[in-house]
Amino acid sequence: MLSRTAESVYWMSRYLERAANVARVVGVNLNLEIDLSGLAEEQWFPMVQVGGDEAAFAERYGAPTRSNVLEFLTIDRTNPNSIASCVAAARENARTVREIISSEVWQEINEFYLDVTAPEARRFALHDAVRFFGSVTRASHVVTGTKSETMEHGEAWNFSRLGRFIERADQTSRILDVKYFLLLPSAGDVGKPVDDLQWSALLRSASGFEAYRRTWGLVSSESVVAFLLLDRAFPRSVGHCVTQAEVSLHAVTGTPMRRFSNRAEQLLGRLASELDYTDPGEVITGGLHEFIDVLQDRFNRIGDAVTTTFFRQG
Amino acid sequence: MTFEGYATGGFYDELFTADGAPRPEARPLVERVERLAEGELARSQQAAARALLRMGITFNVYDDGHGTERIFPFDIIPRIVSRGAWHEIERGLHQRIVALNHFIDDVYHDRRIVNDGVVPADVVESSQGYRPQCAGLDPPGGVWCHITGTDLVRDRDGTVYVLEDNLRCPSGVSYVLENRAVMKQTFSKVFDGLSVRPVSDYPSRLLGALEGVAPRGAGRPSVAVLTPGVYNSAYFEHSFLAQQMGVELVEGRDLVVNDGALFMRTTRGLERVDVLYRRIDDDFLDPDCFRPDSVLGVPGLMDAYRNGRLTVVNAPGTGVADDKVVYAYVPQMIRYYLGEAPILPNVPTWLCWRDKDRGYVLDHLDELVVKPANESGGYGMLIGPHATAAERSEFAERIAAAPRNYIAQPTLSLSRVPTLVDGGFEGRHVDLRPYILLGSKPFVLPGGLTRVALTKGSLVVNSSQGGGSKDTWVLG
Repeated sequence: MLSRTAESVYWMSRYLERAANVARVVGVNLNLEIDLSGLAEEQWFPMVQVGGDEAAFAERYGAPTRSNVLEFLTIDRTNPNSIASCVAAARENARTVREIISSEVWQEINEFYLDVTAPEARRFALHDAVRFFGSVTRASHVVTGTKSETMEHGEAWNFSRLGRFIERADQTSRILDVKYFLLLPSAGDVGKPVDDLQWSALLRSASGFEAYRRTWGLVSSESVVAFLLLDRAFPRSVGHCVTQAEVSLHAVTGTPMRRFSNRAEQLLGRLASELDYTDPGEVITGGLHEFIDVLQDRFNRIGDAVTTTFFRQG
Repeated sequence: MTFEGYATGGFYDELFTADGAPRPEARPLVERVERLAEGELARSQQAAARALLRMGITFNVYDDGHGTERIFPFDIIPRIVSRGAWHEIERGLHQRIVALNHFIDDVYHDRRIVNDGVVPADVVESSQGYRPQCAGLDPPGGVWCHITGTDLVRDRDGTVYVLEDNLRCPSGVSYVLENRAVMKQTFSKVFDGLSVRPVSDYPSRLLGALEGVAPRGAGRPSVAVLTPGVYNSAYFEHSFLAQQMGVELVEGRDLVVNDGALFMRTTRGLERVDVLYRRIDDDFLDPDCFRPDSVLGVPGLMDAYRNGRLTVVNAPGTGVADDKVVYAYVPQMIRYYLGEAPILPNVPTWLCWRDKDRGYVLDHLDELVVKPANESGGYGMLIGPHATAAERSEFAERIAAAPRNYIAQPTLSLSRVPTLVDGGFEGRHVDLRPYILLGSKPFVLPGGLTRVALTKGSLVVNSSQGGGSKDTWVLG
């Protein structure tokens, strides 16, 4: 397929995943808010930190009040990481590849876009926020399902999948980083009793609470880290995402697994192997924040390698 | 909802006769519409508009500086063409397109028609679409104008005239297909038992025509659609046609000429292109051959075309016949090349570069429509009877300054079709653009795009100026 088209399909999926992720993170806070009868500003600010947009937020809004944060993350088109901006960017990419994705996929993305950019979306997002975030998450599931059910599982689909899993791995690590910092400011706090409500909320933001419970039972900081970073079977864990990204990358190139024929395969394969042989205790002792910093740097380098290998060969 | 009280207003109405009775071909539709429950028609109309928006069937407008998307307004009452009327139109278009193709080929070869004194050399060479770089070229099968959209209008007395031939990159066919799809989805009950000729095979026909002119003999040819990009007003159509044909949609930056052939940049390296259905004008195709400042095209593309390793559709240079002065000579071309009488008449046309014609035009500006010879989209036109004195005198100056650039025609009373307006029916003026494919023989898509001037009394049907469209039913 055309390099330009492959790049658009890849970014279409990355932006959709990003939008859904914002909805998940904020949606969980809203649930928590009801349980705790209101949240302090310090509970809202991490929502902004997940996207790394603290400066832009401070400049435009000032205090991280509930409604400021909600507006910034949902419908504010000047925030490139807001849900509306991400869905618009996804749709703009989809528009340039309409001939490649199926008509059904295009229509779902277009409807998603029309819904989150409609004039009523503001009221919906600020005043009926729980339903709003639910609808965004659902729309993203519908798009993913429609892709899987109506697109040929060939190159375009695999590029789309590659984008989705790279973005998701990145986002899950960001959520973990920010929430962990808030919940467990120093390594010395490990092992102390944890706030079950808060930790459960973190798991729920990754739709992982039920799966976690079945495998690990009671919540502990170490096992949450093991689950969200290293689990192979849970679809939003970093370990799973990296493995699945690798599967799609190799489906595109035809290179056998555990071999590489380009930089992207090399970097992704190396990361997947390292995660396979990482112990959660090591991560916490060495510092989770430091671990995730390195991880994110590697996601960036993998993204760059995908670009130079397939989209801009020069 | 009834048509009672609907008045044809002295115009030719496509569905009703002057005494208010439905034409025989329209009677089943009229009866069905009248049997609909209260409000059902309006609901279907709204559902259709919503479906078009949801499906993202939009065009770009630039009036606010950066492109925004709008849906092309759609009216749910179809225009109906009887079997007999369509047969005449189809024959007329076959004849016309074959003559035009002869003319273009002749212009770039022996120029017999010029040497025999039928068309002045000056008219040919001053046509904006004339490309001296194309002299002596032989496109595969001798086909220059593979895809044409010819605009037809019907006057008050019922005569169908050819208004213009769009031979460069005629657009709109995607709306024909999508309008039908939306009609079937939102208003299916009106089709019951009527035999409306299908249009959905157009992409297959187009793909067949494109593959049929491929330069290489072996294997399945590689076809691509070339678009100027996502901000072009017809982008939806470019991607729609590529999708429906299952071929790549490329931009200039995806292409490169290597070793005298055209290639596209793919995730697996370069891949050959055999046939390029380009939706950009000649000027922008190849900066080495045409406009050097073009960034939309591909350097060396014309070399690949010249040496026979690439087919370009429509052939570069075809635009010579897409000129309103050249248009005036089409009836002579039909007689000259085919030895036949034209089946579809031209609208009588005065050519302002002829002194005698110009004198007449300047004396009758209040009755005539004056058009630039080389514009499309309904821009830069003067509709004499609707213009102010100041506008007319401004046009008189323009004509005097550049007579070759202007033609004039009588103001036709375009036929009308009932259109849903504020919960009732009102007549609105329409034209019709059928699409003609020329391969080994011509194919005319049954029907075409009926454009409708939604503004009361307006004769301008262009989408950029308040026009909408209707489904067009050719009865089988």
